[in-house]
Amino acid sequence: MQTHYDANAFAALLGTLADRIVAIVPMASPFNVVGIRTRGEVLADRLIPLLRQRGAHDIGHGTLDITLYRDDLSELGPRAIVRPTELNFEIDKRPLILIDDVLFTGRTVRAAMDALADFGRPSAVRLAIFVDRGGRELPIQPDAAALTLDLPLDQQVKVKVAERDGEDAIDVVSRT
Amino acid sequence: MTVGSVPRTIPESVRSADPTKGRMSTWTHKHLLSLEALSANEITFVLDTAVGFKEVSTRSVKKVPALRGRVVVNAFFEDSTRTRMSFSLAAQRLSADVIDFSGSGSSVSKGETLIDTARNIEAMGIDVMVVRHSAAGAAMTLAKHLQCSIVNAGDGAHEHPTQGLLDLYTIRERFGRIEGLKVAIVGDIGNSRVARSNLWGLKKLGAEVIFVGPPTLVPRTFEQLGATVVHDFDSIIGQVDVINMLRVQNERMKSAQFPTVREFTQLFGLTGERFARCKKGVFVMHPGPMNRGVEIQSDIADGASSGILKQVENGLAVRMAVLYLVSQRAKEPQMNADERR
Repeated sequence: MQTHYDANAFAALLGTLADRIVAIVPMASPFNVVGIRTRGEVLADRLIPLLRQRGAHDIGHGTLDITLYRDDLSELGPRAIVRPTELNFEIDKRPLILIDDVLFTGRTVRAAMDALADFGRPSAVRLAIFVDRGGRELPIQPDAAALTLDLPLDQQVKVKVAERDGEDAIDVVSRT
Repeated sequence: MTVGSVPRTIPESVRSADPTKGRMSTWTHKHLLSLEALSANEITFVLDTAVGFKEVSTRSVKKVPALRGRVVVNAFFEDSTRTRMSFSLAAQRLSADVIDFSGSGSSVSKGETLIDTARNIEAMGIDVMVVRHSAAGAAMTLAKHLQCSIVNAGDGAHEHPTQGLLDLYTIRERFGRIEGLKVAIVGDIGNSRVARSNLWGLKKLGAEVIFVGPPTLVPRTFEQLGATVVHDFDSIIGQVDVINMLRVQNERMKSAQFPTVREFTQLFGLTGERFARCKKGVFVMHPGPMNRGVEIQSDIADGASSGILKQVENGLAVRMAVLYLVSQRAKEPQMNADERR
């Protein structure tokens, strides 16, 4: 294991991400927060109270499952279980903040934007990422990132959240 | 008529395992030929996947790009309306291209064999072939001779796996579970592929199945499959949670196996009088097309206990899930979702 961020560092980074979102989206107006399954969903759940503390009052909250929008159906074997997308709010004419845990190639975000387009037309879509690890394959950049790294391709970022993994942590490890 | 093999018992450990805990697909099949061949986990996995697909039909844009560029052919060598439409719509909602083929008025009537016809269709670049045929085993035969994925949409009196899956889905949606439920399947069991697929699916997921009908249509030998066979509908009417009324097949009415329509309704129809003696909360199902007033009284079919239109609605989600799953090609070992971002 090469780098480890513990629960305290994790909490501080989540606060940083909330601050950076506040800097790009006006908290006084209504907006929506959408997490990408599965860890983006958890991070969105955690960010919403932090954004409320920072003045937000009208936040729509949803979850996006992008499995059906991936471009690699023919390339890979077994994939993630398809689960429902939950966007039970007015999506049109409001800013929407897309949340995911790690930004790597950018393909998940591309798929997420395709999926969003089938649900409506936000006034703007902003991308908030917990860990931007570098290595993009598409012209996609985060609008807000808590941690920016430039990792070689043989390294991997694992974001762990207490709800799913038993602890809050970020690990940078070598692929085996 | 093949009755099939004696069912294997499902170990408790398999039945109680929760496949949704694992986040990755456990589906490894290229075809869907029968429910008899699937494990309890695999059946549950298809049902869980279908939940995700049902949501797609609630959107304003009822379409996802999952099978973009794939070709699905509906090869129906036997008539069908709802199953064919359901598969067509399911494929279209996945963005696949869909071709319809029907046996009548085609080269089949000119004497071409099933395998030759299917191979010629496949040569046009087909990824998934949905097959309905009057002969049991037709889908399996094609699976052996073709490269594309085969989905059985009904083969003779053998199986109709997607109907079985959509019935399971609808029951699970209503009760929140399948294990421990008592399900009566009523009518022409002997000729019914729906009854067989339901039996395999329900038993694997831990339900109790009671076949109900006259001895000519429900022979005792069916007990070997693991169902209870009952010739007196009234004897079990108050005990079951689900009643699945099969269609009285008019084409078989004149055979010696069949009582008169009036006698059938009297003995095995779901009449108002019989319905009044059902368990509270009983769930009434019918695979369609139904004969109102014959196997089921009209107001019961349209009543609050009826899941008939839910079955049709869920059939779409289940078929989307099936088309999607058989289209996956297992080329590499499992990869963690987090590595694919």
